[in-house]
Amino acid sequence: MVAWTDFERVTIKDIFSKIDYEVVGPAAISRCLIVYPWTQRYFAGFGNLYNAAAITSNPKVAAHGKVVMQGLEKAVKNMDNIKATFTELSTLHSEKLQVDPDNFMLLGDCLAIVVAAQLGKDFSPEVHAAFQKFLAVVVSSLRRQYY
Amino acid sequence: MFRCIYKTPLFAANAALNLKKKSRGKMSLSAKDKETVKAFWAKVSGRAGDIGSDAVARMLTVYPQTKTYFSHWKDLSPGSAPVRKHGGIVIASITDAVNKIDDLAESLLTLSELHAFTLRVDPANFKILAQNILVVLATMFPVDFTPEVHMALDKFLGALARALSEKYR
Repeated sequence: MVAWTDFERVTIKDIFSKIDYEVVGPAAISRCLIVYPWTQRYFAGFGNLYNAAAITSNPKVAAHGKVVMQGLEKAVKNMDNIKATFTELSTLHSEKLQVDPDNFMLLGDCLAIVVAAQLGKDFSPEVHAAFQKFLAVVVSSLRRQYY
Repeated sequence: MFRCIYKTPLFAANAALNLKKKSRGKMSLSAKDKETVKAFWAKVSGRAGDIGSDAVARMLTVYPQTKTYFSHWKDLSPGSAPVRKHGGIVIASITDAVNKIDDLAESLLTLSELHAFTLRVDPANFKILAQNILVVLATMFPVDFTPEVHMALDKFLGALARALSEKYR
């Protein structure tokens, strides 16, 4: 079981209440596809990913960004049991989507950067630390069902 | 059911385009990458001190294992004198590297020896500091820190890290 401090709990909920899922989700996924282009291997069915402009304006990429945020919201609502919350998602990523789990933190890093850009100075080192811990727990839970 | 993506025309087209972009060496910096890094760094260098200080502070707070290298400091909290000073030193070296971007390995020889033989910093930490620098840039320059700039800088900091690791073994 992950031990969350009060500060961490409040901070995570606060971040997710402040950010706009419709903006952050798509921005994080498209940044990941641009900055780490090998991640495009999982989105062959998304159509035009030829360059940054195409990726940023791709509606399927945007839609997927929102899906990811909704998944993260489940974790925010179940912070004391993220492991169990993500069992099915982990199996999905492992068996059906066959995503190399090292990619999860690449998306995590992009998400941190997008949230940092949104929150500016409010994304202090302490807030950043709480968010990074949350991401680490999410990534670890998504890795669990791989074998 | 897993669909074979390699046979789809779109995958092939994307792959062909990516092959054309290939340059020598391990994800080496293209001319465009270098331009992008130099142009962005010129924009932000006015706040270099703050960037360095914030990046080091974040690294110590978000990745506390990095504190093990600074047990000789009295105060490791964000904004403390040693953190500010060290941030300044680090960022000055990075600015120097930007100016010598065409020959990182050669120009970072001495620094590499320092990190390899004296400081003995595990090179994995270079990546950690790099990520923190990028986060700081995102907080301070949200509009200018576009995905393209992000990628060029990520590559540059990766190349810097490799140059710093040159003398390790």
